[in-house]
Amino acid sequence: MVPTNYYLILSAMIFTIGAVGVLSRRNALIIFMCVEMMLNSVNLTLIAFSRQWDNLNGQAFVFIVMAVAAAEVAVGLAILIAHTHHSKSTNIDDVNVMKW
Amino acid sequence: MDFATIFFILVGALSVGAAVGVVMSRVAVHSALFLLTHFATLAVLYITLDAQFLGAAQIIIYAGGIVILILFVIMLIGSQEIETRAAYRTWVPYAGLALGLVLLSSMTYAIMQTPIKPVAVPANEGGVPIVLGMFLYTQNILLVELASVLLLVALLGALLLARKPKDEKSPIS
Repeated sequence: MVPTNYYLILSAMIFTIGAVGVLSRRNALIIFMCVEMMLNSVNLTLIAFSRQWDNLNGQAFVFIVMAVAAAEVAVGLAILIAHTHHSKSTNIDDVNVMKW
Repeated sequence: MDFATIFFILVGALSVGAAVGVVMSRVAVHSALFLLTHFATLAVLYITLDAQFLGAAQIIIYAGGIVILILFVIMLIGSQEIETRAAYRTWVPYAGLALGLVLLSSMTYAIMQTPIKPVAVPANEGGVPIVLGMFLYTQNILLVELASVLLLVALLGALLLARKPKDEKSPIS
């Protein structure tokens, strides 16, 4: 049986790749995808701990995280479409209307 | 090294490679397809962790719903070349990479320092739909109701945000 540490380290690697993508890419769609990857890495951690402690709470938590991720993607992409109607760009640097 | 560990390393390497592909590819559609691969490998990992229902839900929700939604949005608003304008700030990717290395090394150090005893008990039936369903719909029924309300509100919010404003009395724009 694969130790839980391996899953945790894989999850840390995926989370880091997602965070680097959020920090270094400027396309809003790719930033969305990286946020989804980060959420999924946390899901992997929760499921690994759920097996480790033989407890179903982690899996229930993952279920809710999936619902929140779906809601986040729907609303976020709607905001992105609404913004693209105005400025014809998906560059995240152009989303500065609300800057002070 | 037994078969399970070798399988884990293969699937994990594929998962990390797909994640790197999401970040590195220049075309947004390629990123979305790499993301699909990444979600599929994660579903396999969930099944190896005895979470069979969540593996199926991962395929259905993420691969079947979210990636398709992202692909539709890419086709709607186009994936124009936008990275060139920010290219003069050449230090930004390196700063992100350095911060990522710091994050990864600190997390790996923390994981290695934490004593986690190996799983002694054989896998329970914790992930099959009947057990997880009984757990969700008896003890955690409030959680399910909150998730349904959240999804309904998100549906309405997405509809309100993404439509074209057709008159000036519209609450947005």
